Amino acid sequence: MSALVLKQLEKSFGGLRVTAALDLTVEEGERRLIIGPNGAGKTTLFNLITGELRPDAGAIALFGRDITRLPCRLRPHLGLARTYQIITLFPGETLLHNVTLSLLGLSALRWNPFRRLARQQTLIERARAALGRVGLDELAERPLAQTSYGERRRVEIAMALAQEPRLLLLDEPFAGLSIDERKEVHRLLLSIPRDVTVVMIEHDMDVALELAERITLMHFGEVIVEGTRAEVVAHPRTREIYLGG
Amino acid sequence: MSQWLLLGVNSITLGGLLFLLSAGFSLIFGLMRIPNLTHGSFFMLGAYLGVTFLGLGFDFWLAALLAAAAMAVVGGGIERLLLRRLQGQELAQVLVTLGLSFMIADLCLMLWGGDPIPLDTPPGLGGAVPIASIVFPTYRLAIVAIAVVIAVLLWLMLERTRLGAMIRAGVDDPAMARVTGIRVSRLFTIVFCLGAAIAGFAGVIGGPILSVYPGLDSDMLPLALIVVILGGTGSLLGALVGSLIIGFLYNYGQVLFPELAYIILFLPMLLILLFRPQGLFGSRVP
Amino acid sequence: MTRRLLIAAACLALITVPLWIGNNYYVNIASQILIYAVFALGLNVLVGYAGLVSLGHAGLFGVGCYAAAWLLAGGFGHLTAALIALLIILATSAAFAVLSLRTSGIGFVMITLALGQILWGLAYRWIGLTGGDNGINVPSRPAPFGLSLASAAPFYYFTLIVFALAVASMAVFVASPFGASLRGTRDQPRRMTALGYNVWLIRFLAFLFSGFWSGVAGLLFCYFNEFVSPNVLALSSSAEVLLMVISGGSGTLLGPIAGAALVVIMKNVASAYIERWNFVLGAIFVAIVIFMPEGLVPGSVRLWRWLWAGARRFPVRGGVR
Repeated sequence: MSALVLKQLEKSFGGLRVTAALDLTVEEGERRLIIGPNGAGKTTLFNLITGELRPDAGAIALFGRDITRLPCRLRPHLGLARTYQIITLFPGETLLHNVTLSLLGLSALRWNPFRRLARQQTLIERARAALGRVGLDELAERPLAQTSYGERRRVEIAMALAQEPRLLLLDEPFAGLSIDERKEVHRLLLSIPRDVTVVMIEHDMDVALELAERITLMHFGEVIVEGTRAEVVAHPRTREIYLGG
Repeated sequence: MSQWLLLGVNSITLGGLLFLLSAGFSLIFGLMRIPNLTHGSFFMLGAYLGVTFLGLGFDFWLAALLAAAAMAVVGGGIERLLLRRLQGQELAQVLVTLGLSFMIADLCLMLWGGDPIPLDTPPGLGGAVPIASIVFPTYRLAIVAIAVVIAVLLWLMLERTRLGAMIRAGVDDPAMARVTGIRVSRLFTIVFCLGAAIAGFAGVIGGPILSVYPGLDSDMLPLALIVVILGGTGSLLGALVGSLIIGFLYNYGQVLFPELAYIILFLPMLLILLFRPQGLFGSRVP
Repeated sequence: MTRRLLIAAACLALITVPLWIGNNYYVNIASQILIYAVFALGLNVLVGYAGLVSLGHAGLFGVGCYAAAWLLAGGFGHLTAALIALLIILATSAAFAVLSLRTSGIGFVMITLALGQILWGLAYRWIGLTGGDNGINVPSRPAPFGLSLASAAPFYYFTLIVFALAVASMAVFVASPFGASLRGTRDQPRRMTALGYNVWLIRFLAFLFSGFWSGVAGLLFCYFNEFVSPNVLALSSSAEVLLMVISGGSGTLLGPIAGAALVVIMKNVASAYIERWNFVLGAIFVAIVIFMPEGLVPGSVRLWRWLWAGARRFPVRGGVR
């Protein structure tokens, strides 16, 4: 069974086509890298997969189940999680609370108005463990507003991992990180268990190529080339697009 | 039969007044993204100023124009001195306009007292015009004519002048307008002056029909609100159609269902909210 | 420890109010403060924790008022009237929520304002049902377990019990997982959706909770005055309670209570010495929004810390900005 199948997916904003008849299949356990110049429609593709945008035509299947019409809020419950390129966290809350909210999103406890959140030990321990995985357990009680950009990016990843997704979408996880932070995130991504499928958008090819077996090159909303690292790099269209040929 | 027709004229008259009120309300909403809750107060304060100018012996139309000019100063002042400080904080701006509306209402009560003040119909328009065996009150027809003239002038201003083009650009996309070098903040002031002036003018010329009384502001503001929700924000055509719909519903509702007339006004608004939240002619959900 | 002491001291002070005030007039003002505090706490659920500013809450308060008054005047017993009134309050809140939650931000403000005006129009013009300007007289105050609430002190205690229940329910709510979910939808609604939350339903339930306590306050107000008129539903009522929430500090438990005390006391003082309450109300509104948008309680706390901690400024949170 494939983790993700997109069939003839189309999306336009007004007259502007962002994805055009896009086909994409990602197998279970795969590490897939999506590359392409700015405006190629990569983030839009993620938004279509998570349901934050509705496609104009086409179909999306997640682990064999058609989710084209499924509301965005139900998709995390099927094992889909993502990180954002532009950080959208809860600035007034602590790191721990940010990750707790992520866990709570999948728990029936989120509807409970009677119990004390602070006493939900299992939930909070899991959130702390998720922060530990990204090396932030010591900052758990710090308000997000008082953390650095690199730390926030790691909180993003912790929130996505905390939901224990089967398919994880990473939108430029290395953007804006220092060299040390890159190494740390790199190690972190390598440690993700193999039963989790990972699709990653990334500009930094050097880091990303080590993580991904297959690469998809997008341009103007279309898949131009797909294949192994060597295949994509050797393809004439790749050079054309990246070297402005 | 003739009674229903007369009711129709009254509806169009009220529609005309509502248009003068809601055109500015709608433009301000379109441009600044806030419902200006002092707009009803502009209408009432304009009317009271008209009363004072008439008392000083000015001619009716001159008094109306003077009131409009005074309201332009008041409106511009509010925008410059208060709303400007809260730029980009729409919610805070709305609350300030709400607070101001209470202050203006109380100020009017203090200065002009609690009794309704009827305004005399301007000389020469007191009679009635017979058209096809029905007699229409001349003054009401005059209001319709004035509303039409102002509507045309506003439309020409928006469609044919540079200022109008800038306002339209600002309504469509303020960020984009700013990037193209339009000084959006100056547009805010101009539109506020203009909206307040037209509302004040409407208050005076509406005086002979509605008379001037405390609470006129809170009677008019919800009507402007419904008109704009109906017609869509920032749309002149929407304000016009919305005003006419409300004008008719108000007058016929009063006669047919006196107790529920006020509720009937809100029904089309609820329907619009449920089925077409951007309004009849609007492009964006508020 | 100090916190517990403070709470205990506040409870003691509230319980002994009729003893050290003595004068019935002031005891009644204390009751009014508690009634409005319940109302403001209700509105605060939306304004403070959901980030949705309602200008139509006087409508829900008024529905509580009118429903109880109408049923009591129609000869129903107190218990039945209160229960039916609560159901009507919940139904009206649900209707308000369904219509207004199609938008958020300014759109929400406008729609709640319009809905509040509809109810005001109903009360004012549907004379057959509401008596119009003449209002409805309430035959008697309830007498739970045979205890008469007719005089000032017993009524104060009755109100205090309801107030305590409201505060307790708020404290539990705010600290609960659902409260955290609601605050999440205030800060990042889109992200919350992507995390698996049903943002609409969370807001809807919060609206019901908010409407419930607003209506309960209306019910108390109906008992307190033994009379209702369309004034309770006017836009100025909605504005007044919003002022209580914002002036005290939205999104805090203590803020709305302090705001209610402030506004009720000012209103009574203002009406005793100067006639211009509405002017004062408007002026405070403008001043607070411009100069202390986070409210008096967080504002004073910030000022206090700032004075103590020297130059170190604390980041401002909550409020209307």
